[in-house]
Amino acid sequence: MILEPKTLFDKIWDAHVVKQVKDGPDVLYIDRHFIHEVTSPVAFLGLEKRGMKVFRPQNTIATPDHNVPTIDQHLPIKEELSRVQVETLKQNCAKNGIELYSLDHKYHGIVHIIGPELGITQPGMTIVCGDSHTSTHGAFGSIAFGIGTSEVEMVFASQCILQPKPKKMRINVEGKLHKDVTAKDIALYVISKISTSGGTGHFIEFAGSAIRSLTMEGRMTLCNMSIECGARGGMIAPDEATFEYIKGREFAPKGEEWNKKLALWKQLKSDDNAVFDAEYQFDASDIEPMITYGTNPGMGVGVSGNIPTGENLTGSDRITFDKSLEYMGFKPGEKIKGKKVDYVFIGSCTNGRIEDFRLFANFVKGKKKADSVIAWIVPGSKKVEQQIREEGLAEIFEAAGFALRQPGCSACLAMNDDKIPEGKYSVSTSNRNFEGRQGPGARTMLASPLMAAAAAITGVVSDPREI
Amino acid sequence: MSIEKFRRLVSTVVPLPIENVDTDQIIPARFLKAVERKGFGDNLFRDWRYKKDGTPNPDFVLNNPRYSGRILVAGKNFGSGSSREHAAWAVYDAGFRVVVSSFFADIFKSNVLNNGLLPVQVPDAFLSEIFQIVETDPTAQFEVDLESQTITILKAGISVNFDINPYKKECLLNGYDDIDFLISLKKEIIAFEQV
Ligand code: SF4
Repeated sequence: MILEPKTLFDKIWDAHVVKQVKDGPDVLYIDRHFIHEVTSPVAFLGLEKRGMKVFRPQNTIATPDHNVPTIDQHLPIKEELSRVQVETLKQNCAKNGIELYSLDHKYHGIVHIIGPELGITQPGMTIVCGDSHTSTHGAFGSIAFGIGTSEVEMVFASQCILQPKPKKMRINVEGKLHKDVTAKDIALYVISKISTSGGTGHFIEFAGSAIRSLTMEGRMTLCNMSIECGARGGMIAPDEATFEYIKGREFAPKGEEWNKKLALWKQLKSDDNAVFDAEYQFDASDIEPMITYGTNPGMGVGVSGNIPTGENLTGSDRITFDKSLEYMGFKPGEKIKGKKVDYVFIGSCTNGRIEDFRLFANFVKGKKKADSVIAWIVPGSKKVEQQIREEGLAEIFEAAGFALRQPGCSACLAMNDDKIPEGKYSVSTSNRNFEGRQGPGARTMLASPLMAAAAAITGVVSDPREI
Repeated sequence: MSIEKFRRLVSTVVPLPIENVDTDQIIPARFLKAVERKGFGDNLFRDWRYKKDGTPNPDFVLNNPRYSGRILVAGKNFGSGSSREHAAWAVYDAGFRVVVSSFFADIFKSNVLNNGLLPVQVPDAFLSEIFQIVETDPTAQFEVDLESQTITILKAGISVNFDINPYKKECLLNGYDDIDFLISLKKEIIAFEQV
């Protein structure tokens, strides 16, 4: 019998199908369920109304991250609604026997940072969370995607969700990346090429030599952003770098169990002749440090480039483009370099890991922050914060005029006090530049930690290679 | 428990000819702080609908007395961005039962379906047609029929078919809830866990 070649995605998905509903979605078993304070309360309420408890609490991990303050975390949260959500999460977890890494816990952090860093995220798993950037965990060769609150309730009730199987896409990035071009730049480049809806209906596998050359943290940044081209998620086949990263972490398999798991993980890759519904090829050497100029992550250009003129756009495309530039206060065809920057945010589940802060520190070392810039340096987790201190990065920040804050989502979505004021420009290492994402009227330009560092030092959009 | 049943609806439409309307526009993050599912409709399109001082923005379609109805028609790639189901709740809570666009973001689509809201995906040309018709006649009536999977511009007598997963169609027609269905599979799920 000849077996049909399968993609990595198919292999993991098919192994988790409990049942196929006739003409309908699959009943997909979920290995790990991450929850946070914003998208879980209504699901817990629904469960309670059914007179039920969480079916598999041991597979559920909780952390409050979206609306927590990033200073004075030892004090009660001032804003009442935020405090109630965080409190509600605590009560719901206690009632249902779910492990909670609350603000004072040494494992606390942004949900997509702590899963990988604790070794909870492993190859071959199915992972969901009521947060679209769950795609981050795909960097380990797992199927990880964001779900809505009704689906959170499904997982609570049954450890399964109903999902139609998405189509498969492969994005190959071959060749060598130029110096100072990071995983974030690959992500912004790819989205600028295929648009914010280019991946809709698909699950992406990233492949090619440039992808293989990325560290695990870089791979997480890339998979994190895969949702921004509309895809359900992104994944990368696990390899030595993956195994090396997981080994020894708190919840990683140990001893004999490790050897067993490793043997299984090594088989996780797309078969040679596997067929994808869509495939793209990009050349790594075409990519330069990227930055966005508009109000969706697809509106990105290389730092030496110009804002498009939009000339060839018609109808509603043109209206949307003009509206976006008007919001940003930019004109078609202008140079992006030299644009004034008021705020710099480094953090989020996209770029809030230790490597991101090392990159930033390495650049700002011995330099001074521009006086006109307000910078927020927000680690993705307690562990990252601790590492920043242990490696002496905190002192470098301080000497350059930057202060370190405490972990949380912070200005990524501005649910806490870290809001960019109306009309101000922010260079942000987060993942979304939608209107008002960083606060009402805030103007966001997405970029890598290196681009953020260059902007923080010069006070304008700058090319880090020229400083 | 169940969702609201949907079979057929005849209504005027509310046009929103903007593309890539993301979930941060549908409901900004700062309004996600409730722990219950109610009152989200008031903050639907919050930052477009109200001026900075909190008074309604007369230029926004939801504040324009010319337009009303239970069908929201939006430009392509509606609902991109966050997985927040609050976006679906806000649209539903504001009284809409159908959302029409030429393209929907994945998570948003499954969220609306789980809440008794019908996403109707139509060709770009048909979408433009709708926008043109309501621009000249805001009282134009539309019919959405789930059984036959059609949307019709009654005045012009033109209709197109739309796709929906047959399982999801059954759920909407009958008000079935996915969670009840999954709970009924407990035995099979436990058996699956053991292998
Ligand atoms: S950092 Fe931003 S994108 Fe990531 S989980 Fe938090 S809010 Fe979502």
